[in-house]
Amino acid sequence: MSLNVPNHKVCSWTQDYDQPASLATYTAHGGYEALRKILAEKTPAEDIIAQVKTSALRGRGGAGFPTGLKWSFMPRGYAGDKYVVCNTDEGEPGTFKDRDILLYNPHQLIEGMLIAGYTLGAKAGYNYIHGEIFEQYESWQQALEEARAAGFLGKNILGSGWDFDLFAHHGYGAYICGEETALLESIEGKKGQPRFKPPFPASFGLYGKPTTINNTETLASIPWIMRFGGQAFLELGKPNNGGSKLFSVSGHVNKPGNYEVRLGTPFAELLEMAGGVRAGHSLKAVIPGGSSAPVLPADVMMACTLDFDSIAKAGSMLGSGAVIVMDDSVCMVKALERLSYFYFEESCGQCTPCREGTGWLYRIVHRIEHGQGRPEDLDELLRIGRNIGGNTICALGEAAVGPVASFVKHFRQEFEYHIENKRCMVGH
Amino acid sequence: MPLIEIDGQQLEVAAGSTVMDAAQRAGIYIPHFCYHKKLSIAANCRMCLVEVEKAPKPLPACATPVTDGMKVSTRSAKAITAQKGVMEFLLINHPLDCPICDQGGECQLQDLAVGYGGSASKYQEPKRVVKDKDLGPLIATDMTRCIHCSRCVRFGQEIAGLMELGMPGRGEHTEVMPFLETQVSHELSGNVIDLCPVGALTSKPFRFSARPWELSRRRSVSPHDGLGANLALHVMNNRVLRATPVDNEAVNECWLADRDRFSYQALTAEDRLTRPMVREGDRWIEVDWQKALAQAAGALKVIRDTHGAEAIGFLASPHQTVEEHYLFAKLAQGLGCENLDHRLDQADCSALPGAPWLGMPVAELDGLDRVLLIGSTLRKEQPLIAQRLRQAVKRGAQLNVVHAVDDDLLCKVTHKLITRPSGLARALAEIARALAEAGRDLGSVAAAVAGIAVSDEARAIAASLLSGERKAVLLGAVARQHPHRVDLHRLAEAIAGASGATLGVLVDSADAVGAAAVGCLPGPRGLGAAAMVAQPRKAYVLLGIEPYLDAHDVAAMRRALESSELVITLSAFKGAAQHYAQVILPVVPFAETDGAFVNMEGRVQNFRAAVKPAGESRPAWKVLRVLGNLLGLEGFAFDTAEAVRQAALPDGEASVRARLDNRAPVGELLLQAAVDGLERLGETPIYQGDMLARRAPALQATRDSEHAKLCWARGDLIQRLGLVEGQPVRIVQEGGESVMKLGRDDRLADGVVRVAGSHPLSSKLGPRYDAARLEKM
Repeated sequence: MSLNVPNHKVCSWTQDYDQPASLATYTAHGGYEALRKILAEKTPAEDIIAQVKTSALRGRGGAGFPTGLKWSFMPRGYAGDKYVVCNTDEGEPGTFKDRDILLYNPHQLIEGMLIAGYTLGAKAGYNYIHGEIFEQYESWQQALEEARAAGFLGKNILGSGWDFDLFAHHGYGAYICGEETALLESIEGKKGQPRFKPPFPASFGLYGKPTTINNTETLASIPWIMRFGGQAFLELGKPNNGGSKLFSVSGHVNKPGNYEVRLGTPFAELLEMAGGVRAGHSLKAVIPGGSSAPVLPADVMMACTLDFDSIAKAGSMLGSGAVIVMDDSVCMVKALERLSYFYFEESCGQCTPCREGTGWLYRIVHRIEHGQGRPEDLDELLRIGRNIGGNTICALGEAAVGPVASFVKHFRQEFEYHIENKRCMVGH
Repeated sequence: MPLIEIDGQQLEVAAGSTVMDAAQRAGIYIPHFCYHKKLSIAANCRMCLVEVEKAPKPLPACATPVTDGMKVSTRSAKAITAQKGVMEFLLINHPLDCPICDQGGECQLQDLAVGYGGSASKYQEPKRVVKDKDLGPLIATDMTRCIHCSRCVRFGQEIAGLMELGMPGRGEHTEVMPFLETQVSHELSGNVIDLCPVGALTSKPFRFSARPWELSRRRSVSPHDGLGANLALHVMNNRVLRATPVDNEAVNECWLADRDRFSYQALTAEDRLTRPMVREGDRWIEVDWQKALAQAAGALKVIRDTHGAEAIGFLASPHQTVEEHYLFAKLAQGLGCENLDHRLDQADCSALPGAPWLGMPVAELDGLDRVLLIGSTLRKEQPLIAQRLRQAVKRGAQLNVVHAVDDDLLCKVTHKLITRPSGLARALAEIARALAEAGRDLGSVAAAVAGIAVSDEARAIAASLLSGERKAVLLGAVARQHPHRVDLHRLAEAIAGASGATLGVLVDSADAVGAAAVGCLPGPRGLGAAAMVAQPRKAYVLLGIEPYLDAHDVAAMRRALESSELVITLSAFKGAAQHYAQVILPVVPFAETDGAFVNMEGRVQNFRAAVKPAGESRPAWKVLRVLGNLLGLEGFAFDTAEAVRQAALPDGEASVRARLDNRAPVGELLLQAAVDGLERLGETPIYQGDMLARRAPALQATRDSEHAKLCWARGDLIQRLGLVEGQPVRIVQEGGESVMKLGRDDRLADGVVRVAGSHPLSSKLGPRYDAARLEKM
């Protein structure tokens, strides 16, 4: 596979080669050609944005927002500095795809950020890298040095007269810094807490300047789109869900790992690629898009194809593509307890419903798991969830509620069994 | 202007306003905690969630900008559900023990819980407990009660200019705390007590002493700096238990300096005088008023008849009321005495054309573009003026400073000239010269500065003053107390004139403008305060003065009083009066009398007594009235403070305005030669400026008060003299010496030793800005 022939391995193709992260590997197979062409032809920004819009590339970080549309929000003709920021604060439990891009295909991200910077008229780009991954940070830094030495970064890139540079910012591991405005605060050296919107980053972003923030995989998909055209990317996937996507499959499968498949691929196929459910067990439930996505029971999930619209229709979300597979050995109460603990610990504490509500949710689930549940607890959980959802500054509140509401909805009898019998029905 | 609808009410609001602003305009209350009109928008409490048509979720009113045609419901089912949901969350971890909380009865959370909270908590889990913090002597904490609204943190960042409180930690572990476990030491820190909507931050001195509903709020005016912050004294059983700000956008906005807030503690100080006393030989006996006043009047008459009226000196504190200043002046004049002054801390009391004042309304300070601040330890002299200038700087004003120390003003200083006190006039001369070189007319000082070499920094200050629209040249207390004050004043006037700036004086006492306006100043042939000290009088009448603290040259003051035959003191506190006085007449502080202060912008602010006089003490205006009568003087027949004020200022504020004048005295510049050796910088520390501040235990326990006890020198000087930081050092001036602990402050100008004036530890020293030596102990 390579960037010379269109194929469905948009971001993971370099793994076919010995030294996947090296500049040599990347350039030998069509890397930086898209950038070269844009700079040589001085492609107008509108044309690039039009290609991205055609591609139906949707944000790979979780929200699935159309990338071309987001790019069109950046003010044209703004007199001051503008920035492009890459969000590699991959903290959502179950998600481990962006780190592989840094590790195995950093140059495609660099090229993507360069094209974004060129298109959006940015002065510089920052890559915010999750604080708990180190090897990947090193790999990206090394790639930056290589790119700079080769003239892809810095002053007068490829003789075009255009200046642009990229920097890495290593976070400290807080989940909330994956929220784009908390991420900006963190880069600015402040406590990582979301800003309230409006104003949106496109008008008031990093250091108060217009800023576009995209996910790693999103930006890494850009060179492919510019090489083969938006239409080709769209055709990889399905309408409104262009391209392929990396899925991080974890849990009770035989071959957990990252798999890049076309959007619209049936879930059953992905499950098979991941080696299927452990022998002797059956599929019980799947969280299709990272821990904040609502859980889906096996039968619902098996009927889904992997794309934003299909999963949304089934009542969950494609999110970051983190597919958490649970077999019949899983106690749903215990699973929810762990998930709720995560959101309780990771709430930034800034706004009231999330700071107070996530702790309340966790403590109730914790009680149920430990045999101290009360019959009214389940309705109480749902009521508390409704008071959090929609009332917070950022989406973390809703992310915390998603699992609670869906676990109780789909596996209510399991919770009731816990409350009534003070023990687990799956034998824990 | 966008047209919007709130709860069915249509109104036009300014573009850029928020739903909260619009609701306030419409008279609709939206519950809130984190929102505060003077602070940035945080939108973190979520209490002000309202329903906006077409918005999928409830939106925070404080952070939602209005748009044309917007329809807002603050009381719809959706809004109320959101508000009640937030209230429930706020209460789950908040202790529900209002009866033992100091905030009970004036708690925003308690009040709103009545409207939006449930009657019982559904929360059955363990509640959060947060360790209390030691924020110093002023602010008590009960951090478990904190609802994380972040008002206190934003206050530090945005108003105080110093982020002493932060909110580290995440989620439920988020805690408001002082950084690095230090205390809070900013001179405006007490405002967080008012800002805190719950009982997390409360007043330490007031704590648990009363319930708000037991207190009567009586309006008054702060008796400290020349701002005259409006305040409410909270009274129970004839005792002032606390002071809180009264909003006045033109004066103090909604803030108080800690000095304004906590000085009430002094009203019940141990050495409060409650009975008249007279000296009989070596003994002091308490007598009734009749006897004390008769003795005072009799003794004064004897001095006048034997030595003439010029043998008497009349010295008043600038912190008395305007009525008292008026009557005190009238008494002196009635006796035929022209030795009268209220400027005991000044080295030079030569006559001015009128009453020095700010030169503009206080509220206009925020809107200045260019400022030159001369000889002012601004944050400590004028905490709230410093705050206003900080806001001006935030809006882009250029603040330039000429001073003997580069104190941190907690805002950007564009250019500065830091030089020893004897170099201040020369620094101004350079700026003036730079203006002349830029083609500006310096008037009468032009010739004197013609030969001055101009430094780059002086040129930069001149350039700064030549740009911008609204400009001011402001003289501070160090410039006023300075022995070459007239030079500084003349040069400031020339700089202001040449650059098109307003000349202003940062008046640093409660009624200095009033005192000057009603003529509490030396007569044409009389002596000013400094001369009355330098040329001792046979008798002194002191009003509200602690001479061994207030005098510019304390050593000389001691000699003067010790050589006198008679000292009559009208004072609220005993202090050292028994060492120098023959008659002590107990008068009351501001809280116990009716009266008025004239602030630095010429605003006459009346107030009434909040409590009855302590013991047998009496308002000074009443005592002066009786003294006048006993001395057989005309025109002392006043029944009320209002009647005195009417006589003092017949046209009210217009009478003051007619006297306001910032012109400098006409004459030649001296341009002081540099003093050999070290020079003392002897400013009045923030909590030593008046009798009340000196006696407020909470203020005396602050870091500012601790710092005032030290002799400060630069690190290079300490090293050169072989001294050791933290060890005692002897400070020697002509006329006296003191021993203080040595502190290091590298922000001082070269050759400067900072030893506070008006301080017990320096009360044996000489002039405040004179040569000094440091000696190893």
